[in-house]
Amino acid sequence: MLHIQNVTKVYQTKKKKVVGVDHVSLTIEKGEVFGIVGYSGAGKSSLLRCINLLERPTSGNILVDGTDLTKLKGENLRRARLKIGMIFQHFYLISQKTVGENIEFALKAAEMPSNRIQARVKELLAMVGLEEKIDVYPAQLSGGQKQRVGIARALANNPSILLCDEATSALDPKTTLSILHLLKKINRELDITIVLITHEMNVVKEICDRMCVMQDGKVIEEGSVYDIFANPQELLTNEFISSVVSFNIPEVVLKEVKGQVVKILFKGKVAGQGIISDTIQQFNVQGNFLHGTIEYIQEQALGIFIMELIGQTEDIHKAIAYIETRGAHVEVLHNAI
Amino acid sequence: MLFDFAHFVSMLPDIWKAFGETVLMIGIALTVSIVIGLPLGIILFVTDKGLFWENRFVKGILSFIVNMIRSIPFIILLVVLFPLTNLIVKTTIGPVAASVSLSIAAIPFFARLVENALREIDKGVIEASIAVGAKPWMIIKDVLLPEAKSSVIQAVTLTIISLVAYSAMAGTIGGGGIGDLAIRFGYYRYDNTIMIATVVILIVIVQVIQQVGDLIAKAIDKR
Repeated sequence: MLHIQNVTKVYQTKKKKVVGVDHVSLTIEKGEVFGIVGYSGAGKSSLLRCINLLERPTSGNILVDGTDLTKLKGENLRRARLKIGMIFQHFYLISQKTVGENIEFALKAAEMPSNRIQARVKELLAMVGLEEKIDVYPAQLSGGQKQRVGIARALANNPSILLCDEATSALDPKTTLSILHLLKKINRELDITIVLITHEMNVVKEICDRMCVMQDGKVIEEGSVYDIFANPQELLTNEFISSVVSFNIPEVVLKEVKGQVVKILFKGKVAGQGIISDTIQQFNVQGNFLHGTIEYIQEQALGIFIMELIGQTEDIHKAIAYIETRGAHVEVLHNAI
Repeated sequence: MLFDFAHFVSMLPDIWKAFGETVLMIGIALTVSIVIGLPLGIILFVTDKGLFWENRFVKGILSFIVNMIRSIPFIILLVVLFPLTNLIVKTTIGPVAASVSLSIAAIPFFARLVENALREIDKGVIEASIAVGAKPWMIIKDVLLPEAKSSVIQAVTLTIISLVAYSAMAGTIGGGGIGDLAIRFGYYRYDNTIMIATVVILIVIVQVIQQVGDLIAKAIDKR
């Protein structure tokens, strides 16, 4: 378990103090995939780097399985870091060493006996699917392959936590997906806690269990990815979500709307129960779909539809009330009546 | 006559001897500057702000000494160091004596070049090694030196070429070598043949060293 307790990081520049991380407290459970989302400059990278003390928090504590890392120094801190793997946006492999030697480096840091190193290197490369690249230099690899080597290096000493610093931001969408699947596989098979930071909601939607949103160094919203997607509280969170599920209806379409435009949210099983067709049959309203999607987050369905309901105001109100009794959430966006 | 071939041939043994002395001076000075300058350059780098052995005091003192030596023109340094040279090799004449001053001049020069070579390494790679839990010594041996290898070779090339120039200066005050030959024959005796011969030899030496250095630097770079 990872506890981030009241962590603050202040950067002292010549002219002024800049608060990078502002009193952040988070608890991340063992085996969880936790996403930290925010625009650049929000402090998410600083927060991540505070976890393995690449940056020492100005105040606050970092507890990994009960040990307070902020109390450690030198050799003890180095040993603690062996159990926290980290991967980076720009991979940061040693360019003058082969793939195998790069991983060997991590194993040597943990003082693994030399007769066991080669077997472990092969095992790690097999895990990330790069066995045949053992003697190749990083320059000859694609971005996705470099990140796989980065992952193998990070996992070398069986860490309990894996930190991902924008690990897929330099990769194309297809490679991003394959790296995310690999991370998910590692999380499941090795029961490694993953903390990742990203500005891409897709990444969070794909693999995270829980997430938080950061702005100006503070955590402004935290919760399960599903709940946050279903019901974002903050404006910024909404902005991030609309980058994945967007419901902008063109002005031209809105002008021609004759009834009420409603947004209907179906969570979980409710998504597949024919609520809309029941409603239209039972009440004297007509329905027009303007927009809609069913997203699967953590293998749970989240249906979001935007409809135009046409009819007498009274009937529309009855219809909306009925939809809500069936477990969906309705929000009136626009009323042309 | 500008170039007297017969005279050139008759002088060949002297030229050969001078060449040998130059090689000796440069060889000693280069070895010393690598043995001392390389660790010094590494210390200058790793004691810098934000690095794992950050130490403003050590960095400040070493940096000051390096700058101080580098700010003294070599011809003055030569003379200033006579007592030290006398102490170490019991004489101030000859190529071995000259190599003392040459070494003193080349150490800070090479150290700065090494420091700059290390600075070119992406900080992220060093950070990734720290995150992996590597010991400082491992980071120096397995990250800093391999990553800067190619630039360090170029630093060696540059140092040798500077030493060629400095060794000619050392020749003028009794150091021997090609510079000494050029001054004694070419300047004092108006011997154009020797003057031209030494210039050509120096040009060839520098060209060859630069070419070889570039070739090695390129061959070992895996980027």
